[in-house]
Amino acid sequence: MRIHEYQAKALLARYGVPVPRGSVACSPTEAKNVAAEIGGRVVVKAQVYAGGRGKGGGVRAVNGPEGAEEVAGQLIGTRLVTPQTGLEGVPVSKVLVEEASQVSRELYLGILIDGMSHSPVMMASQAGGMEIEEVAKSAPEKMLRSYIDPAIGLQPFQGRKLSYGMNLDGGQVGEGVKLMVNLYKLFVDNDCSLAEINPLVVTADGKLVALDAKLNFDDNALFRHKDIQELQDKGQEEPLEIQAHDWGINNYVKMDGDIGCMVNGAGLAMAVNDLIQYCGGRAANFLDIGTLNNTERVLNSFKMFVADQRIKAVLVNIFGGMARVDVIARGIAEAYQQMDIPFPVVIRLAGTNLEEGQQILVDSGVSYIQAEDFYDGARKVVQAAKGVKK
Amino acid sequence: MSILVDDGTRLLVQGITGSEGSFHTQRCIAYGTKVVAGVTPGKGGSEHLGVSVFNTIEEAMSETGANASLMFVPPAFAADGILEASEAGMPLVVCITEGIPVLDMVKVHRYLKGRSTRLIGPNCPGVISPGKCKAGIMVGEIHVAGNVGVVSRSGTLTYDVVSQLTSLGIGQSTCVGIGGDALPGSTFVDILRLFQADRDTKAVVLIGEIGGTMEQEAAELISVEMTKPVVAFVAGATAPPGKRMGHAGAIITGSAGKAPEKMKALSQAGAIIAPTPAEVGLTTKKVLERV
Repeated sequence: MRIHEYQAKALLARYGVPVPRGSVACSPTEAKNVAAEIGGRVVVKAQVYAGGRGKGGGVRAVNGPEGAEEVAGQLIGTRLVTPQTGLEGVPVSKVLVEEASQVSRELYLGILIDGMSHSPVMMASQAGGMEIEEVAKSAPEKMLRSYIDPAIGLQPFQGRKLSYGMNLDGGQVGEGVKLMVNLYKLFVDNDCSLAEINPLVVTADGKLVALDAKLNFDDNALFRHKDIQELQDKGQEEPLEIQAHDWGINNYVKMDGDIGCMVNGAGLAMAVNDLIQYCGGRAANFLDIGTLNNTERVLNSFKMFVADQRIKAVLVNIFGGMARVDVIARGIAEAYQQMDIPFPVVIRLAGTNLEEGQQILVDSGVSYIQAEDFYDGARKVVQAAKGVKK
Repeated sequence: MSILVDDGTRLLVQGITGSEGSFHTQRCIAYGTKVVAGVTPGKGGSEHLGVSVFNTIEEAMSETGANASLMFVPPAFAADGILEASEAGMPLVVCITEGIPVLDMVKVHRYLKGRSTRLIGPNCPGVISPGKCKAGIMVGEIHVAGNVGVVSRSGTLTYDVVSQLTSLGIGQSTCVGIGGDALPGSTFVDILRLFQADRDTKAVVLIGEIGGTMEQEAAELISVEMTKPVVAFVAGATAPPGKRMGHAGAIITGSAGKAPEKMKALSQAGAIIAPTPAEVGLTTKKVLERV
């Protein structure tokens, strides 16, 4: 799960990580008031779940309250397009107004979980402000890593090594160590999957400040962080994905094609999407219905397809294991009963309770295209989609 | 022969009295697996599905000689369950549970370091050595005993691949689902090493997916240590970056996480790449004909 920059900074501040003075504003007037309170030069930053905001014109420095009001007016209520969003951009409903910092150096600091060592790793670099993958690629020697033993946490010596490695001087080293220890504490306390300060700046007067911050949280751990869950801004997420989630379909990802897919199992669902592309089509979604045996989720998947104007044909591919084919079949039959299905449906069934499932479909009189295996299913659904004019 | 589980496996089920635990314990027993004990704290002394239930793993092991554990413990308590099994000296723990917090698994890995417990999963379908032992939730009937080892991050995609193999008359020595999480207990490398050392495994099928670098690590092992042929497929070539594709571990965060990169690494290491997921069986058949 992601949160906004202003929320991330509030959390950082609570853990003693220095952030610029500022506040969030939902309207130009609020932006003006915040700027007046701060005084002097301020930065207005669009709050969206996307990076590359600077390049998209979403971060602008202005002089005084009137400037802040004007820029906030230009940003709030529009959609911001950045190199990391699609052409349709993401909606801006809030801006963060904060004091402009006098930056002398831009550094990078981040924590994530390293899959090879099975431990959190703190990464630091003198090359802040750019995408971290770029740094790792273009100047891997500049990326410093310190692996953290989860039993004892980040130790001061590790913070010192990273601080000296980033060329902090004298008093900044102590400040840096404190900041890193606090960031690690925040990471662990809140089950983060990523905590990134980029850039971490050294100001003209030698202070360390988190100028931008990104905190992501482990979805599997949200059950023990209700406060974090409440921070999610659903307006920033893909509407179809939010809809799917509300209907109990947690594993749904919107894709850019026109073939709806309903599959059980994440690996199989990915493989089905790959096969559709191999056969010359494009999937409109990734949808793993999981293994909960109820017809409602099948019914809701069909509701998703009907609501999605792009869909020209649907492929259902079920390999029953924990999920039972008869339950899925009953769900499909119910879907046909309850709604008008305006597209051809290709169905491939295999596994647990296959015969019962096939019988249910036969008895219900549902009209569909039967597929022998998932290759056959992919071929047939691509053909079916091509025959539909939309 | 086979790896991890065989007819000498004496299975203990953690969370045996829950609905999933009950359902799958029955199916394991029906398959012929020796289920010797169950553990559910608070229900010790009772019997469930004809199996004795204990409060602790230590007690269950000393009473029944259980030597492998299959876990159906809810995500919030699963890490604790793994630790308990390891502390009791359980040699093999197969954790089915999906949704364990990553930082819980960080602790588990730290605890398991240097201990003798092998963990398979979490978020996996389990392990089956056809005809001998099923310690998992996979459909037993699609498997047939033979000489091809299967290792995969996916559940249902593996069922599909296994049924392709079976319908072509290719049996399996052992099928291992290592699971879809970011920090699995055992990796491709761990399982490939076991298959390499197993006399009865002649070839291995590896099913990877996007996210992480496990396939690249496997590639390195294949080029350096493996003499047996490996047939591979990596799912998710069409997955958009930054999106979690169902599995917690299936998210492209860097270029190494992409499917084409992984298939390239595996291919360069000498693995034979199946052109599509539907052709893993046929590709394996061709490879076996050459061996």
